Amino acid sequence: MGAAFFYVIMGLAATFAVIVASLTHDPNFAIHAWIVVLAALVAIVAGLNTFDPEGKPKPVKGKYLDGVVQAGVIATMFWGLAGFLVGVVIALQLTFPALNLDTAYTNFGRLRPLHTSAVVFAFGGNALIATSFYVVQRTTGARLALGNTAWFVFWGYQLFIVLAATGYLLGITQSKEYAEPEWYVDLWLTVVWVAYLAVFLGTLFRRKEPHIYVANWFYLSFIVTIAMLHVVNNLSMPVSLLGAKSYSLFSGVQDALTQWWYGHNAVGFFLTAGFLGMMYYFVPKQAGRPIYSYRLSIIHFWALIFLYIWAGPHHLHYTALPDWAQTLGMVFSIMLWMPSWGGMINGLMTLSGAWDKLRTDPVLRMMVMAIAFYGMSTFEGPMMSIKSVNSLSHYTDWTIGHVHSGALGWVGMISFGAVYFLAPKLWDRQGLYSARLVNWHFWLATIGIVLYAASMWVSGIMQGLMWRAYDSLGFLQYSFAETVAAMHPFYLIRACGGGLYLLGALVMAYNIARTIMGHQRREVPMGFAAPAVQGA
Amino acid sequence: MSEPQHDEISGVETTGHEWDGIKELNNPLPRWWIWTFYATIVWALGYTVLYPAWPLLNGATKGILGYSSRANLAQSVDLAHRAQDQYTQQIRTQSLDRIHDDPALFEFAVAGGRSAYVVNCVQCHGSGAAGAKGYPNLNDDDWLWGGTLEDIRQTLRHGVRYEADPQTRNSQMPAFGRDGILDKTQISDTAEYVLSLSGLKHDAGAAGRGAKVFAEQCTVCHGATGGGDRAQGAPSLRDAIWLYGGDRATIVETITSARRGVMPAWGGKLDDATIKQLTVYIHSLGGGESSKPAPAATGAETPAATP
Repeated sequence: MGAAFFYVIMGLAATFAVIVASLTHDPNFAIHAWIVVLAALVAIVAGLNTFDPEGKPKPVKGKYLDGVVQAGVIATMFWGLAGFLVGVVIALQLTFPALNLDTAYTNFGRLRPLHTSAVVFAFGGNALIATSFYVVQRTTGARLALGNTAWFVFWGYQLFIVLAATGYLLGITQSKEYAEPEWYVDLWLTVVWVAYLAVFLGTLFRRKEPHIYVANWFYLSFIVTIAMLHVVNNLSMPVSLLGAKSYSLFSGVQDALTQWWYGHNAVGFFLTAGFLGMMYYFVPKQAGRPIYSYRLSIIHFWALIFLYIWAGPHHLHYTALPDWAQTLGMVFSIMLWMPSWGGMINGLMTLSGAWDKLRTDPVLRMMVMAIAFYGMSTFEGPMMSIKSVNSLSHYTDWTIGHVHSGALGWVGMISFGAVYFLAPKLWDRQGLYSARLVNWHFWLATIGIVLYAASMWVSGIMQGLMWRAYDSLGFLQYSFAETVAAMHPFYLIRACGGGLYLLGALVMAYNIARTIMGHQRREVPMGFAAPAVQGA
Repeated sequence: MSEPQHDEISGVETTGHEWDGIKELNNPLPRWWIWTFYATIVWALGYTVLYPAWPLLNGATKGILGYSSRANLAQSVDLAHRAQDQYTQQIRTQSLDRIHDDPALFEFAVAGGRSAYVVNCVQCHGSGAAGAKGYPNLNDDDWLWGGTLEDIRQTLRHGVRYEADPQTRNSQMPAFGRDGILDKTQISDTAEYVLSLSGLKHDAGAAGRGAKVFAEQCTVCHGATGGGDRAQGAPSLRDAIWLYGGDRATIVETITSARRGVMPAWGGKLDDATIKQLTVYIHSLGGGESSKPAPAATGAETPAATP
């Protein structure tokens, strides 16, 4: 019954997409329709391979549904490498413009959203979905709800990524930063996201524990808020149901404010709250220590959730946005400083009584470095939201440096830590293939981030100062082109930093692949003490 | 609640919950943390009293400092203008020659001209004013339309071959090949002759034949000896300075299809004082020519006369 339903739906989807592809006058839209056809056919073929005509209920293997987490870990690695690679490519394009190759498909304008979406939504999103599915099962003692819906979430999300990424290369965009995909891809993501929420909530309802663990509060707030942000910011009217183009419901400064309400909270709820959920499970597990303060987790959770949502206008200082909205965006950002640091304190202090493990456990070291970068960026962010600081930093590379110390340092490192934790558990291995390679990864990534952030601080502040420099007679001193030329060396350093970070991720992919294959490297353990990386 | 449990290492009480082996300590909020949090809230409230902040039904609270970013901007722009006023007034009223000869005014005009140049002109002429293919170098003394202050101002104001401006500098070289005026051999011969004019390597026989074609077709604009004519913007062909390139193939291409470089008129876009400053700046780059009559004979210039 269930299987038959599945084939009917997939068959209808494929037929519908073929009809759309044949009717549309928009060649890019047709390409997307064919991708949907292909996806439905692949799903049917994959389904037939496991087809059971008698329709017997399959025995449930294991207490938890971990296959989808395994798939998520692999997807996280894959998209991470893809996203970091494109990042290095566009960093080099900024350094050496000839690398745009003079084609529409490879120019910076199309590759840049490919990079941001690949790292934020593909790498970060898969990491969040995979770890949330793992964590919610472990901390509720319940299997994921709604049968195989989790698998739909996983594959549906990958389809979203493929449609978004191919769309950017084809030039399909609604020109909203971090929300570039057009209306039909947005609708599809909404369906997937609602299914994700249903699975997560359903699992919480089935929990065997009396209380809901703090990691799940963060994951839930991330899922709910992203749904709201995504729907509101993407409200638009398609020009035709058979074409990609649509027009936003909002215009002018209202559009800008909606966009940055979305954009800032993509940072706040996707890249912060979600990954704090990750931290709240994997750090105490890896350290083998209790969470430092339950009270702090409650206060900083609610403070963070309440304050973050108002901070978006700080992206629009000194614009057409009314002064009152700019003021509120700024003061809410300042008040956000301590709630953000509450997470850092709880993460770092959880190590009290286990600091010695940093010597022998590079995975824990990675997590601690992630928390340190989290603390640094959540101090830097409120500082940059102060109007007088912002008048220097806005539109400069300082912003790019700030984002990357958060993205590479916090989001990247905590995700790496979680994947290093998960791989041996999910594939039932003794431990990781090599702790020493984790240590290599740690240093490559750390040095990469330092090069990246430091070069962007220097270049960003220099850029801001050059823009506002006057000579003694009151004339602007530099042309725009001169400021661009002055940034060249720093762009090169940044590309090197990104390259090191990518290299570290390649080392990780190798390490994880060998771990999955069940290999273990013969090596001298880290530090002086017992075997490295025993997990927890 | 049952007996309170304690963590063995720290001795701190736990909440008694446990999830997948994770427990929670019941540590109090760090004092410095909560006090800093309170401080940011107090600061935020204070700030919203001082500055525009709380939305109301119509508009928003204005804040007791009466701050407005728009008024602030207008004020700083005004201040900046006023600081330059003593100079800009004079730039507006004095003649170009007078500005050129007054050291203080000259210094100000060059600085202001450069400032306008790096915003408006670098896109074509380059940040060092060295030009590019099709865009003349402004550092040398080779002028297409003249290099006196007045010539430069005229070019800046009205542009070159800029159709929207009736006073624009205008001329058009015929496309000798494309329009069938000359055949391929004639063009090739003429190119050899043009090469010979600036002493470049050429085929003497072909150049000899080309000289005849040149005399018939080209001298009207480029002059009998190829020295060019500034009245028509016809470049000198004898100085080995090339706007599009001095190799054989490029010269053939130029004769075949002609060129039509355009510069926009800046008269409507930049104010008169800015154009004057730009004029003095371009003139100062190295190739400026002096206006012929006795200097400083003229006095003030009425701004109304130069719209």
